[in-house]
Amino acid sequence: MTKKEWPLWEVFIRGQHGLNHRHVGSLHAPDAEMAINHARDVYTRRKEGVSIWVVPSRDITASSPSEKGPLFDPAESKTYRHPTFFDIPDEVGKM
Amino acid sequence: MSAPEAATNSATASLPDDTFVSDASLRPQFFEWLCRMGDNALILGHRTSEWCGHGPVLEEDIALANTALDLIGHTQMWLGLAGEVEGEGRDADKLTYLRDAMKFRNLLLVELPKGDMAVTIMREFLFDAYHHLMLSWLAENSKSPRVAEIAAKTLKEVSYHLDRASDLVVRLGDGSAESHRRMQEAMDLLWPYCGEMFAGDEIDAAMSDAGIAPNLDDLQTGWDAAVRDLFDEATLKMPDQGGFAHKGGKQGRHTEHLGFILAEMQFLQRAYPGATW
Repeated sequence: MTKKEWPLWEVFIRGQHGLNHRHVGSLHAPDAEMAINHARDVYTRRKEGVSIWVVPSRDITASSPSEKGPLFDPAESKTYRHPTFFDIPDEVGKM
Repeated sequence: MSAPEAATNSATASLPDDTFVSDASLRPQFFEWLCRMGDNALILGHRTSEWCGHGPVLEEDIALANTALDLIGHTQMWLGLAGEVEGEGRDADKLTYLRDAMKFRNLLLVELPKGDMAVTIMREFLFDAYHHLMLSWLAENSKSPRVAEIAAKTLKEVSYHLDRASDLVVRLGDGSAESHRRMQEAMDLLWPYCGEMFAGDEIDAAMSDAGIAPNLDDLQTGWDAAVRDLFDEATLKMPDQGGFAHKGGKQGRHTEHLGFILAEMQFLQRAYPGATW
């Protein structure tokens, strides 16, 4: 049986000014404008955001779990790559 | 007090001085008019809430439930003020749960059964287009500060309702052959109920003379233009102007559908008076 489904969209919401948009979930919608409407209704009912992004899920290219080793393992035991050796002044705030 | 607290406590915060609220000479008309505003929101809110758990897709289900809740919130404000103006100790709950059908003042348009999604969305759009114009006028021009305050507060939500309904009318009207047919049928069904929105009576005249509410003829011009523009975009045929209009809801003469809504809505308070939980 072929039932026409609306395409899937990934939803990103900026919680407050100065923060990044964060992925909050996904939803179905016929087009971008309706996806924004739906995101407003599904994800921002409790004043969670100041800005919404929607992206068609099919446009996201994901890394493959089976390539986890080659992609991420080489970074292990290289503590010098972490920026933990600096003192960060308080005025900098959230990083 | 921080901003969010101020927003949630606004019901108990200081209210603007409003001489109309205690103006005995205008009391019956002002009360009637406030009931019209509140009952439209209440009955349409109830109709919209009937989709909760039955929406065609999850996203629409949530959106419709949100809309219904917004409207019930508006009802509390309008009927709350109505009770205050009446001055007989009735609050929004008493007016909602303990009035008989003949005392309801909503438009016939909003009490019609929810039908399919085409009827639901088409009605939402037709009413929202009117509601938005009405609230915009009230927020900007009403000489009653309390009315202007409620209008300003509800206008933000109604702007979104109108945007959402307009988006859907265009998509369904200019969508598949079936969605187009259903939207056109919904329009033809609902059109004869639209005239009542702009059919003024002595209550509307008194409110307009007092500067509380707009002249309905002025609103109609804006409504006609907004509906015609959107229908062009949605490739829907606008029914002929004029023609027969069902009327009576504003004066308490309702269709047989209202009684069934009230039976469901009022059952608990009628069977167990004063019950709380």
